[in-house]
Amino acid sequence: MIRFESVGLSYQAAGGARVTPHGTSSRGGWSEPRAGPEVLHDIDFTLPAGVFRWLLGPSGAGKTSLLRLMYLAERPSRGRLTLLGIRVDTAPRKALPAIRRRIGFVFQDFRLLPHLPIFDNVALPLRLAGRPEDQIRADVTELLGWVGLARRTGARPAELSGGEQQRVAIARAVIARPNLLLADEPTGNLDDTQAERLMRLFQELNRLGTTVVVATHNEALVARHPGAALRLDHGRLTGHG
Amino acid sequence: MRTVSPRPRGRRAGFDGLGLRRGLPDRMLPFLVAAMAFLAALAIAGWFGAASLSRHWRDGAGSALTVQVPDPDLPAVNDAGAAGRTRLAAVLAELARTPGVASARALPRDELANLLRPWLGEAAEQPALPLPAVVAVRMAGADADTARARTALSSVAPGTLVEDHGVWVGRLSVLAASLRACAAIAAVMVAAVAAAVIAVAARAGVAARREAIEIVHGLGATDAYIAGRFARRASWLAGLGGLLGATAALPMLLTLAVLAAPFAGGQGQAGQQPMAELALSAGDIARVMPGGLWVMLPALPLCAAAIGYITAYTTVRRWLRRLP
Repeated sequence: MIRFESVGLSYQAAGGARVTPHGTSSRGGWSEPRAGPEVLHDIDFTLPAGVFRWLLGPSGAGKTSLLRLMYLAERPSRGRLTLLGIRVDTAPRKALPAIRRRIGFVFQDFRLLPHLPIFDNVALPLRLAGRPEDQIRADVTELLGWVGLARRTGARPAELSGGEQQRVAIARAVIARPNLLLADEPTGNLDDTQAERLMRLFQELNRLGTTVVVATHNEALVARHPGAALRLDHGRLTGHG
Repeated sequence: MRTVSPRPRGRRAGFDGLGLRRGLPDRMLPFLVAAMAFLAALAIAGWFGAASLSRHWRDGAGSALTVQVPDPDLPAVNDAGAAGRTRLAAVLAELARTPGVASARALPRDELANLLRPWLGEAAEQPALPLPAVVAVRMAGADADTARARTALSSVAPGTLVEDHGVWVGRLSVLAASLRACAAIAAVMVAAVAAAVIAVAARAGVAARREAIEIVHGLGATDAYIAGRFARRASWLAGLGGLLGATAALPMLLTLAVLAAPFAGGQGQAGQQPMAELALSAGDIARVMPGGLWVMLPALPLCAAAIGYITAYTTVRRWLRRLP
């Protein structure tokens, strides 16, 4: 269950840093942070476990910021936020890694580790979860086969096309079978066939009980897979349903 | 849904999830730490050397007295023992009775002549001047009370001179203690500088691998996991540097130990030979090196590794507190 109650978000920036929804590009990284302007205002909604939601809105509406709250890249500046049944705005910091390991995410810019082969990129969540290596090998091999990259397991991300990197990012997001799956423009670098396969994967995971939230601009994709949506505009929730 | 282990860890041996082979490269850090370890080895060797000299002086010269008895063959005065004893005999008897005196030996005339020969030549055998008798006294310990012996000797043989080597040894011991303190401070300073170098390297590593850290953090890695990865890498590099530094210091320490051996009561003969003629066996090397150094030198890489681990771990954990 996910519940936002009067949630507001201001990004914290180190002195002189540029604030972006994708993080801060601080100059030193060791100075004390300061609060920036609020980018999400009074967000209120509840998602029961196991639902599917589109997250829609124009560029700059706050979709990425909302997703950052949902995968715990940020904590709310105000309000109450409950993720997977846990109040994360008041939870001790050391409790958050265990929650993060129950959340999968697919970034718009993939965010793969460039120094690792794609096998190790996909295996990373399982290794962090302490799974045995033989199980990791079997699961990763199976999933990379499913996304059509069985023959590229040793390749570095830089050797792959944008679409292939997107498929690696998707495989990494779902490899640990998360309770909550978040995606930010996941089909942006995929052809129609791959996009449809991805949607079927999301629907299958959703059918198995995973809560899925997908942020997209792709109206055609939404039209092909109609469903309930959270709508944002200028940092405010303008619709839910 | 499979259960998730509460404590994440990378299982595959050598798995470099954070790319630390690039974040903490193996070029500069080991050599910087090696230089620190080399200096630390010299400082520690200085500490042991000063301790060894101090101990030798205290155990040797520190417990010795030299007693000069003028007119040794004249009769003693105030002699409570047998009447008619010479001053020398009375002094020896008094010394034998004095608590704390382990032994007292009057130097024979030919031995005394040998001592004077460098100055008097053959005339040392029959000097024109009257010579005092010389008694070499060894006290039971460096701290033995010599004042009592001094008083007793003056009473039976007025004019007797007692030279207490302990005064000089005491001053030398203070000097040696100061040297030991300086060496200890130098070792601590070197450790602090090494820790600072490692902290700077860890910070640079964090800056270089910031994106990877944020990704792994977002996937659910704990602070302990991330900091532990940095710490293991820094520990390995610092330990390697410590090993290089200790190995580089070993030949110099051996040379110094050989040269210092005559002063410390070790291999005197080895110290008197030209270096080119020295052919030390393993046993000789074991004897001339202070025993503590054989423990400290292997401990140096371990200490460097421990400093590397602790410094990198605390530095990275402090930085990670910035992440949510």
